[in-house]
Amino acid sequence: MSTFLGLPGLRRRSADGGAASDGAPAASAAEPWGPVPHPDEPLRWGESFPAAAKHTLKNDQLRKNLGHATATIRAKRAAVVGEVPDWEALRDAGSALKERVMAELPELLAQLEENVTARGGVVHWARDAAEANRIVTEIAQAKGADEVVKVKSMATQEIGLNEHLADEGIAAIETDLAELIVQLADDMPSHILVPAIHRNRAEIRDIFLARMGDAPPDLSDVPRELAMAARAHLRRKFLSAKVAVSGANFGVADTGTLAVVESEGNGRMCLTLPETLVTVMGIEKLIPTYTDLEVFLQLLPRSSTGERMNPYTSLWTGVTPGDGPQEFHLVLLDNGRTDVLADEVGRAALHCIRCSACLNVCPVYERVGGHAYGSVYPGPIGAILTPQLTAASGGVSGADDVNASLPYASTLCGACYDVCPVKIDIPSILVDLRAREVDADRGKHKVDPWRAAMKAASWVMSDGGRFGLAGRAATLGHRLGGRDGVISKAPPPVSAWTRERDLPAPPDETFRQWWASREEDER
Amino acid sequence: MRIALAATCIADTMFPGAPRATVRLLERLGHDVVFPRAQACCGQMHVNTGYFDEAVPVVRNHVETFAPVADGEWDAVVVPSGSCTGSIRHQQAMVCRRAGLDDLATTAEAVSAKTYELSELLVDVLDVTDVGAWFPHRVTYHPTCHSLRMLRVGDKPLQLLRAVADIDLVELPGAESCCGFGGTFALKNADTSGAMLADKTANVRATEASVLTAGDYSCLMHIGGGLSRQRAGVGTLHLAEILASTRESPTPLPHVRTAEVAR
Amino acid sequence: MSAREDVLNQVRAALGGSGVGTTAAGRVGTAPAAVAVPRAYRAAGEHGPGSAQVLTQLVDRLVDYKAHVRQVPADDLPTAIGEILADAGSVVVPPGLDDAWLGATGDAVVVHRDDPGAPLSALDLDAIGAVLTAARVSCSETGTIVLDGEPDQGRRAISLVPDVHVCVVLADQVVETIPEAVRVLAAHPERPQTWISGPSATSDIELDRVEGVHGPRTLHVVLVT
Repeated sequence: MSTFLGLPGLRRRSADGGAASDGAPAASAAEPWGPVPHPDEPLRWGESFPAAAKHTLKNDQLRKNLGHATATIRAKRAAVVGEVPDWEALRDAGSALKERVMAELPELLAQLEENVTARGGVVHWARDAAEANRIVTEIAQAKGADEVVKVKSMATQEIGLNEHLADEGIAAIETDLAELIVQLADDMPSHILVPAIHRNRAEIRDIFLARMGDAPPDLSDVPRELAMAARAHLRRKFLSAKVAVSGANFGVADTGTLAVVESEGNGRMCLTLPETLVTVMGIEKLIPTYTDLEVFLQLLPRSSTGERMNPYTSLWTGVTPGDGPQEFHLVLLDNGRTDVLADEVGRAALHCIRCSACLNVCPVYERVGGHAYGSVYPGPIGAILTPQLTAASGGVSGADDVNASLPYASTLCGACYDVCPVKIDIPSILVDLRAREVDADRGKHKVDPWRAAMKAASWVMSDGGRFGLAGRAATLGHRLGGRDGVISKAPPPVSAWTRERDLPAPPDETFRQWWASREEDER
Repeated sequence: MRIALAATCIADTMFPGAPRATVRLLERLGHDVVFPRAQACCGQMHVNTGYFDEAVPVVRNHVETFAPVADGEWDAVVVPSGSCTGSIRHQQAMVCRRAGLDDLATTAEAVSAKTYELSELLVDVLDVTDVGAWFPHRVTYHPTCHSLRMLRVGDKPLQLLRAVADIDLVELPGAESCCGFGGTFALKNADTSGAMLADKTANVRATEASVLTAGDYSCLMHIGGGLSRQRAGVGTLHLAEILASTRESPTPLPHVRTAEVAR
Repeated sequence: MSAREDVLNQVRAALGGSGVGTTAAGRVGTAPAAVAVPRAYRAAGEHGPGSAQVLTQLVDRLVDYKAHVRQVPADDLPTAIGEILADAGSVVVPPGLDDAWLGATGDAVVVHRDDPGAPLSALDLDAIGAVLTAARVSCSETGTIVLDGEPDQGRRAISLVPDVHVCVVLADQVVETIPEAVRVLAAHPERPQTWISGPSATSDIELDRVEGVHGPRTLHVVLVT
């Protein structure tokens, strides 16, 4: 597998290349809570989606945890969205606002930079993950920090910041409860909002007892007790931290204001107490004006945690003398976003506000879990975002790239589009990415059974006469079904179907044969 | 009305009962049905698998075959499939435009504007919910994803089913969840598809219905294939086959594999 | 070329700009059409700020979040605060808090007035039992109270570290919808804001909501009517 931008292997432990063996996942000494991914790159790890899914589907505990969690959040979201009379109008506004951001991105970025700078912040630009990591590291080193506290952030997951800091001797402490669980287990996140959604309470208790160091020995698996253990564990860190690293949910161009939406108060701790704050933000997270927050702060909480409003939202603009960090750095990250933006259809993936509603309703995600997607962005949004973000290194356009399997990781059932607060038409983008991949691969392979089949089918299915003959030929297979009229075993690729399903034998007469004989009778 | 039938490729060759029932039903309601024999397929499989170039001739054939509806030769085109109607409505013009075929795209849009999925045609265009059907069996309905979310047919199929005499219509738990078919998804991601299918068939079996119905034979082939393999004793019928059923000419229950037969 | 120039040029290339090179994957995109933003959503609720319906809704939402709520007439505010703080041991208040609010708080409670000239450290704040603040605006539909750092609310740390937050909200500060609240705050977007909707909470374990993590575990709202 290619190594992305020269990033070293991300996990500090030796990697064994993803899910260990064929067969049911089993715990080992190094992985006491079942196998965890060992990514080479945060946006490209493990096997292709079908192969990775085959492994995760065998994990009954994972299926149970995910089924329970996604059902809970789906019901909560439906209830709080249902009570908003102008939900569709809010979605329309949110969608158009994000479209406008993309159309005016150069101007809005310059405006944000100007406003942040005017209020005492320092703006940095990063072309890629390596550059962003270097900027953050240098700031931490300049402050003499050997430890930074972190607010949960997808952007820093995407660039592998924690691993990079570790290599530089700086410990990054995740303070969001779910991120802490993932970090303690040396695991990878499997959900955008709830990274430890694949763990149940008993597993979390075991992880805390084994890895937290100061967990009470009689810790139970009651969620309240687990949360209290995390509070006690992190309290000293918050009160003494010198440098904090965060992401941002929104960056307001016309004021330079940044927003972080959270629940636990760990975000407030990181954004308020340390002397220095570094925020890493993707360039697409802009919104044009301060009042546009009135749209997104309605859409996001109801879509993500299924609450009318999340417990805490922090908004800050540069540096406020006497209140909060007195040094503020904003790192604006590209890392493949401009490649996404260059695609007329695919650019809508950049509208995403990371609510994760699409994950929670996705029938594929619910069964295979986040790790099967091999990226820190799992689920339907990940299936359109990951291959596009990695376009420069293969991504969507290479059949040999594991990420090229992601656009096919969907039945196109459309549930994701229905719940998306900014109306990203994920199914249409998936289809478009499939076409891009098919087109990029044209002529690359001498023997491509899919292409051969599609070509032949195209010839047959573009003419009524040819199709009629093919149908008539198929009726000759009527007797294959035997007494039951079904086919239970078939050669590849149809064998994939008949492993779990019967196939009906063709009828003894096609519809058009019936129609022809009826017309004859009438004559 | 004069209605052209787009039988769909899969029903034409594999499940002719659905288009036959569509003909019987519409004729019983007093309409003329025509079957333009140049038709073959709407192109959905090619488009959804990403083979846009290969889809173009298939789409062209469909659009040219049904172009007369745009000129008023027929009043409407009916399709006994939600996903094919969805592809006609939301994908055909896009594929033509990407191939630089703007005129064909315009014709495709004109045709799709008069193309209806069966329950849409009955409820919205023909303004009928009680079609005079009789079907004295326990039935559960799976609202296929594309009918539900691409076409937004809502409860139209259920309105039609509720009006069927002597039917015992039972609600399907988790009805709106995808069955895992997804066209070539079932082959390319067979394991995930199988996991979704297992949940769907468990829900169908829990209803103790003898028939599972839907507006799309592709999903029925998938769920029915699973039920058959499990010897669940539940058969599948297209919505049209239930609506076409009358006391005089009842649709028989489909032949199914049962646990007893397996023994 | 600087990273800034490179990123901005790649953005321009992605949007179909010419003479600015290509994106990393070698692409030049198409120029998007101008976008009109439809704003058919509600700019305001049905009921006016401070109306009975709005206050009832706010209380309902706050209770749902497991906040403690008292509604009192202005004259009874000091008494209510005194009762809530009775067992707190100590309380920190922002520099501009109305002294009269503490008029009925007993001597058993040590009052620390935060002094911008000599601010209390985070460790100091951690040893204080409670914090008492005013608020800028409140939204009933979402059960949200916003602090914006003005002298009656104080810097963000004081309303964060103590474990009990007592927040006084005046009836006419309560609006029904988020757009109404945002438009109040838009007068001073540069002020650091904290939007509070109940005590701190987490849903990270099986998506089961648990109140009380790092932020104040207890939120008292005194609604002055």
